[in-house]
Amino acid sequence: MSAQPPSLGLELAERRPLGPVKALLSSLALVVAVVATMLPVTASDTLQLGLFRHPLLAISALAAVIVLAPYRLRFLQGPQATFALVAVSYVMAFALVRLIAGVPGQAASGYWAYVFVAWAVAWLSVEEMAALTPRGTVWKRLLALAIPLTFGAWLLILWQVLVVGFAVPKVLLPPPSDIWARLLTSPAVLWADFRQTFLKGVLVGYAIGCGSGFLVAILIDRVPFLRRGLLPVGNLVSALPIIGVAPIMVMWFGFDWPSKAAVVVIMTFFPMLVNTVTGLAAADRMQLDLMHTYAASYPQTLLKMRLPMAMPFVFNALKINSTLALIGAIVAEFFGTPIVGMGFRISTEVGRMNIDMVWASIAVAALAGSLFYALVTLVERAVTFWHPSVRG
Amino acid sequence: MTDLSLPAPSRSPFAGLMQGTAGPVLVVIAAIIAVWYLAAVLLNAPFQRDTYKRGGMEDAPLAQLVADTLSQERPVLPAPHQVAVELWDTTANKAVTSKRSLVYHGSITLSSTLLGFVLGTALGIGLAILVVHSRVLDKSLMPWVISSQTIPILAIAPMIIVVLNAIGISGLLPKAMISTYLSFFPVTVGMVKGLRSPEAIQMDLMKTYSASSAQALWKLRLPSAMPYLFASMKVGVAASLVGAIVGELPTGAVAGLGARLLSGSYYGQTVQIWSALIAAAVLAAALVALIGMAERLVLKRMGMRP
Repeated sequence: MSAQPPSLGLELAERRPLGPVKALLSSLALVVAVVATMLPVTASDTLQLGLFRHPLLAISALAAVIVLAPYRLRFLQGPQATFALVAVSYVMAFALVRLIAGVPGQAASGYWAYVFVAWAVAWLSVEEMAALTPRGTVWKRLLALAIPLTFGAWLLILWQVLVVGFAVPKVLLPPPSDIWARLLTSPAVLWADFRQTFLKGVLVGYAIGCGSGFLVAILIDRVPFLRRGLLPVGNLVSALPIIGVAPIMVMWFGFDWPSKAAVVVIMTFFPMLVNTVTGLAAADRMQLDLMHTYAASYPQTLLKMRLPMAMPFVFNALKINSTLALIGAIVAEFFGTPIVGMGFRISTEVGRMNIDMVWASIAVAALAGSLFYALVTLVERAVTFWHPSVRG
Repeated sequence: MTDLSLPAPSRSPFAGLMQGTAGPVLVVIAAIIAVWYLAAVLLNAPFQRDTYKRGGMEDAPLAQLVADTLSQERPVLPAPHQVAVELWDTTANKAVTSKRSLVYHGSITLSSTLLGFVLGTALGIGLAILVVHSRVLDKSLMPWVISSQTIPILAIAPMIIVVLNAIGISGLLPKAMISTYLSFFPVTVGMVKGLRSPEAIQMDLMKTYSASSAQALWKLRLPSAMPYLFASMKVGVAASLVGAIVGELPTGAVAGLGARLLSGSYYGQTVQIWSALIAAAVLAAALVALIGMAERLVLKRMGMRP
């Protein structure tokens, strides 16, 4: 963006200048942190110097200034700067969350100023983390994990601070702390829902849907006529709102989990079919010819070459299906269910305005979905270890 | 059927037709309809036998049984022609503004689909541009964009709608927001790939022209991302329709194709469910086809496709 002066490679490596975004953000945060000492932190602060009534916040604000100033002037950089920024951002977050929990809805200008400072420090810490180039693979992995986790943690912190600070009614949006408390107080209900929806509906439907899609794909691969006829139809069906069959399945298979499994079967069947058929066509002429020269029979060619080559496509479908399956089972529960299940819980607790319970269910569903996806990815890495995208 | 690769020696007069795609697709569709009829007879037969027993016609001939199973009022599985008749009734024979008209319900679903799709596509393109230009966003935001889809977002559709209703936002926007959420993801992922698709040598050329990154975006990255954009828009519009339909479920079955599904399931009107389902399918196919047409047009104008 800004034209850089031609580099002669003579600069001192020790004092690299900050980028424009980082320079602006750190200067701004520094100024705000200093000026905000004169602002009231909560509405009940009669003194303008509200900070002195909140020692924890005062200490963390001081720490922010102590880290930001040398960072801005480039005395502090590299990994030390990253660690200092991360530490300060979380100390500030802790102080801010702690403070507002006692006086919800009473946040004043000073409070929001420090929220801004904390956010700016966190952003700078992510910038610094992204710029780090650690040597060891373990550190690289950890860093690749830490950056998105920091981002997610700050989403939660801002959610908490904003919702409590503005005293948003709990029926609209509960703060994360309430959702966490609900998760801890009613694990039995959530576990029962999880078992009903995920362990029964989703897993059974997923296994049947993906399995049958896979087998049918192998069958129609043997008959070129069927392949030409079914592939366009399958592609079309994949784009259709199949979720709409949910009421029909509930009528046919009753309220309990088999109807949910049936919806999942239909939703997962076509992506699997289309992907497997495409994958089986992935082997090229030369490779087929090679197998032919080995006098390999059809099953041998299929098992030893074409199926392994189709695996990246198959796993693509498995991954797509892992999210589709959960959605299918939950939405199918909106059309009728026994008094247990995630979809049932969500729709009834919305009606009873227990929004924290709804969010707790969603958190469980999100966790289950992510873990399921992660599991499929792990298996994929093990099975398709030869693929360029895995070998890196 | 203009397949130039060695045609198999044809023995039957239909062999030529069966070489391409059209023939096999037609056969497959015919087979599906045949299976549908068979399933309709089998699934509806128990209820029909029951009716006969109560009516005292123990020995109804098979032909009558078949005919009756295909013309029940609330069949377990309606026959294709029943659905077709219902579709025709509710589209052509009803005023468009009537609450019984499928066109009316379809247009409501379509409007929130389109609004959500436009918002989602804009959001997706914007996010992709940010991600491509910012290393921090690439590392911190992208993993969340991807994992946001492992969250069964449709599950919170009812809550979004109820909550937004509570703070006075009702009508099109809440439903459209669900569509937005579902459609932004494929567009973001596709566009990030697309905006990164120019080769290093092309980016270097832009640099030798001393093009700013905005110019490089406008003149190189965006044009080369077009094929990716259209491919992901096709996925996005289909997802958007699903979002709109599910978004209509919790509003109490007022209007829209989702509402038709829900009220149909409440009152056991299977024919109504199936016709709403077919209407949704036609809508999805039409939207995808429309984007396909736009794709061909745009890529042709850009000289990317002959």
